[in-house]
Amino acid sequence: MFIVLTIISLASAFAIGLAFYLTNDQAERVKKEKFDNAVKSVVPDFDELEEKREVEIDGDKLALYRATKGGAVVGTAVETISHKGFGGDVLLLVGFDGNGNIHNSSILSIKETPGLGSNMDTPKFKDQINGKNPDSFKLKVRKDGGDIDAITAATISSRAFSDAVSKAVRAYKTASAQ
Amino acid sequence: MEYVLVFISAILVNNIVLAQFLGICPFLGVSNKISTSVGMSAALLFVMTLATTVTWLLYTFVLVPMHIEFMQTVAYILVIAALVQMVEIVLKKVNQSLYQALGVFLPLITTNCAVLGIAILVIQKNYGLLQSVTFTIATAIGFFLALVIFAGIRERLELYETPKAMKGAPLALVTAGLLSLAFMGFAGLVNAPW
Amino acid sequence: MSVLKEFTKGFIKENPTFVLLLGMCPTLGTTTSAINGMSMGLAATVVLICSNAVISLLKNVIPDKVRIPAFIVVIASFVTVVDLVMQAYLPELYATLGLFIPLIVVNCIILGRAEAFASKNGVLPSIADGCGIGLGFTMSLTILGAIREILGSGSIFNFKLIPEDANGILLFVMPPGAFLALGLMIALVNHIKNRKKAAA
Repeated sequence: MFIVLTIISLASAFAIGLAFYLTNDQAERVKKEKFDNAVKSVVPDFDELEEKREVEIDGDKLALYRATKGGAVVGTAVETISHKGFGGDVLLLVGFDGNGNIHNSSILSIKETPGLGSNMDTPKFKDQINGKNPDSFKLKVRKDGGDIDAITAATISSRAFSDAVSKAVRAYKTASAQ
Repeated sequence: MEYVLVFISAILVNNIVLAQFLGICPFLGVSNKISTSVGMSAALLFVMTLATTVTWLLYTFVLVPMHIEFMQTVAYILVIAALVQMVEIVLKKVNQSLYQALGVFLPLITTNCAVLGIAILVIQKNYGLLQSVTFTIATAIGFFLALVIFAGIRERLELYETPKAMKGAPLALVTAGLLSLAFMGFAGLVNAPW
Repeated sequence: MSVLKEFTKGFIKENPTFVLLLGMCPTLGTTTSAINGMSMGLAATVVLICSNAVISLLKNVIPDKVRIPAFIVVIASFVTVVDLVMQAYLPELYATLGLFIPLIVVNCIILGRAEAFASKNGVLPSIADGCGIGLGFTMSLTILGAIREILGSGSIFNFKLIPEDANGILLFVMPPGAFLALGLMIALVNHIKNRKKAAA
């Protein structure tokens, strides 16, 4: 009785192991490609990406990657997170250029309300921070005295976005100072 | 205080049945009476907490060190099936009346997506052991809450004339939809600390 | 029972979603669009066909006492294989379906068919049964997904039917909408069934 079960379990383990062996390389490739594409979209053109660094901001470990071209730092990508989303955590990838201005951002994961907070992932909203200098452009919604135009009827989502971006800025500044 | 927020979040804001769609089969199956709902929820709470604990330990101390995380599905479901079997045996010996009361619900818990779902979810969210257990208990309470409210509504609906085509599952689902809509009002209530 | 009959019964007479009311969790959770519903259905169908075939092959070898654990191991193995293949070759779909892929292992349809059919019938009829029920399931999920997508996002198979910025009845792509859409679909099916009975 147990012999049969053991044989089936072994066969199962073998089959799964085989499937893993055959698909793992492709799966890893896919993950890396997705990450590389995201980074490419948020920082200026680069040759190499430096090793990941971690900066702790408000209890979260933000991952930071410097992008270099010909040896000079041309940009920095920061994976940032805000816990103030309406439906859950907001994960962004924020890219800075060589001068410390925000270059572009990419939404990695959000769980906001479809049609409202989910519009965070539209150029109309998120691109308003592109090219801005975080020292002069206040990363808060207008209601809170900042310079960001919130999404209509989605103040909380807009605030979460601003929160995530400002944490990225702090991480960038901390890393630059090191 | 943090834990209170997690509880509120898991029970109301991200209710396992009404927002995450886990545990629907028993939800529709046993919710026609309040008494069966309570029994099912209690059994589920117990099995879920035990299952999450054991699977978390299995993942952290066996699957990860051996680099066989991909065996998660098989390992987890076997653990759950074994646990349910054990609980049945123990309960039969220790508390006959409770065993009788829970009756056919126990074996059904093995195929309850909520048990496997939450076990996998806590790993996806990178929770520690204590966080996972707390989250699981809160989730099970959320299931209980949704189930009992639902059963109450259904017991009442029994007394009314309903269109023939709507009888049974359709009415239950539409009711669940309205309940889910009501629970959406809790969104944004708390920002769970983790 | 002819093999063909095994295949066709899964579509209407024994449709798992609208008649047998099995596999509700993925039905509600993955039908936010027609594509998502269809993909979920196909993934489950692949597992169903494979597990039905293997279990039918092994039916005389597995002792009765351990048949449920044995079935579970077989089903879980196929689910894991499908999971790994999707991670590597269909990453966006994998990300969308998320938790529901490993949850295929507790989909009552698959264990149910293994118990009720594959363990008692030959390999070819079991495969036909798997195909039929699986494709019936896929059909239901696609229909439900399409309804929710058309009403909720104003698109079908990601092809927008309404202006770019406009929104549909967003309720339908959210949890309450899932319950409502499914409930009303089942009511419709019941209504048609009752009509047929009355006419007979």
